[in-house]
Amino acid sequence: MSDFSLNVSTAPHVRTNDSTTSIMRNVLIALVPALLAGVYFFGFRSLIVVGVCVVSSVLFEYLFELILKRPVTIGDLSAAVTGMLLGLTLPVTAPWWMCVIGSGVAILLAKQLFGGIGDNFLNPALTARAVLLASWPVRMSGAAFVNPNLLGSVDSVSTATPLAYGAKLQAGGASILDLFLGNIPGTIGEVCKAAILLGFVYLLITHVISWHVPVIIVVTTGLCTWLFSGGGIETPLVAVLQGGILFGAVFMATDYSTCPMTALGQVIFAAGIGILTAVIRCFAGYPEGVTYAILFMNIVTPLLDKYIKPRIYGEPAKKKGGDSVA
Amino acid sequence: MSKAGKVFFNGILNENPTFRLVLGTCPTLAVTTQAMNGIGMGLAATFVLVGSNIVISLLRKFIPDKVRIPAFIVIICMFVTSVQMLMQAFLPELYKSLGIFIPLIVVNCIILARAEAFASKNSVIYSAIDGLGMGIGFTAAITAIGAIREIVGNGTIFGARLFGANFEPMLIAALAPGGFIVFGLMLALVNYITSRDTKAANKECETTHEEGAAQ
Repeated sequence: MSDFSLNVSTAPHVRTNDSTTSIMRNVLIALVPALLAGVYFFGFRSLIVVGVCVVSSVLFEYLFELILKRPVTIGDLSAAVTGMLLGLTLPVTAPWWMCVIGSGVAILLAKQLFGGIGDNFLNPALTARAVLLASWPVRMSGAAFVNPNLLGSVDSVSTATPLAYGAKLQAGGASILDLFLGNIPGTIGEVCKAAILLGFVYLLITHVISWHVPVIIVVTTGLCTWLFSGGGIETPLVAVLQGGILFGAVFMATDYSTCPMTALGQVIFAAGIGILTAVIRCFAGYPEGVTYAILFMNIVTPLLDKYIKPRIYGEPAKKKGGDSVA
Repeated sequence: MSKAGKVFFNGILNENPTFRLVLGTCPTLAVTTQAMNGIGMGLAATFVLVGSNIVISLLRKFIPDKVRIPAFIVIICMFVTSVQMLMQAFLPELYKSLGIFIPLIVVNCIILARAEAFASKNSVIYSAIDGLGMGIGFTAAITAIGAIREIVGNGTIFGARLFGANFEPMLIAALAPGGFIVFGLMLALVNYITSRDTKAANKECETTHEEGAAQ
């Protein structure tokens, strides 16, 4: 009797082993295939671009929390994930100072000033990408995207923007297989759809994300682009294999703190991203709309969470019709 | 500090129209792409503020309460129209770059707010000093925002080039989103500084209170 000790505590008694660190580690692992594909297609400079983004993101988070005397949270790897996501959405030609400024915008402006991890209302990496795109448009579009030059140097001939490739496809420039494997100009992480899908499967197996949001985004984008373009020029498959829609759908739109909490909210969120992407691609002046579509739906997220509330356990289900009269 | 001094510095620091009262945000965001625009806009608004404050203060016992807002607006309009004509005649370049925002000084909240909150209740001298302090506070605030946006977004200050030829300015600072970002960051900074002052003042109060209790 004397050696027997009981541990008395309040509920919950069963805990999962998930922690912020383990989730972020899984996201980092899921991003590795896309990074390797980027290195394969654009050379070792892509490793430098992503590396500068990761290191400066972590450093910014550390310094900010140190100066403001907040608990230092770089150990949860979220800053590293933000840096890696940002690096993968930049062209391989991005200069180092652009990576550093982008990381600063992501960590300081979009994340820490709004309260740190979990309190940001915009995806930090995408916010930084949007700011860079508005600040240095020449370095973030058009000629900045070089042709893949397998493991070679980066001074290869530059061509059209990734999306202008759709027209080229008609002329026989790139095949569907090229689009799928990533043998096209684009940002470091977005080109190889096969690697992104590999990361997607890993995230599904480890239960970091569910399939709903990415799949709905991709399907709506494909269908809407096809419909808006008159049903002929771009087949849904070509539409989703172009640009950053797959990367954005799998890695950006599934950010926990910037997407709705309820299932219905997530469906509306995902469909909204798909429709907006197609609208921007087909009717607006910008060549690519994924960034703005996801950021816009990030802003709508609090509204979705406010008006779509799950039924509280024990609360009677709403009855249909006017049978409230006794 | 004398009452005149208090009234004057009130507009510059404690009740800075841009950073503390958050009034007149429309010109604050719209014309601050360059530091020079900030000075031009600020001085024009200061002139209108001082003038309208003086006239409204003079007429404060004469204007019936029910029609005071239209009366204030008519007085403000008079000054804005004269500023517009003067600027068009003598500073055509500045007039062009400020554009529609000169006539829009009429609906600038700062001017109506000071007329309503101060000039209609105080004597002429203090009303003039209040207008001057508020105007200088507004000018300083939007010139600072304009300077930051011009340096970051264009690499120049008052038109003079600051950096070498290799400097690539961050265009977003000169665009509308940059206006919101710089304004937000400066609001946060001013809030931080002033809240630190209040915290220190509160602490002082507490210690004196404790000392009093000990005695």
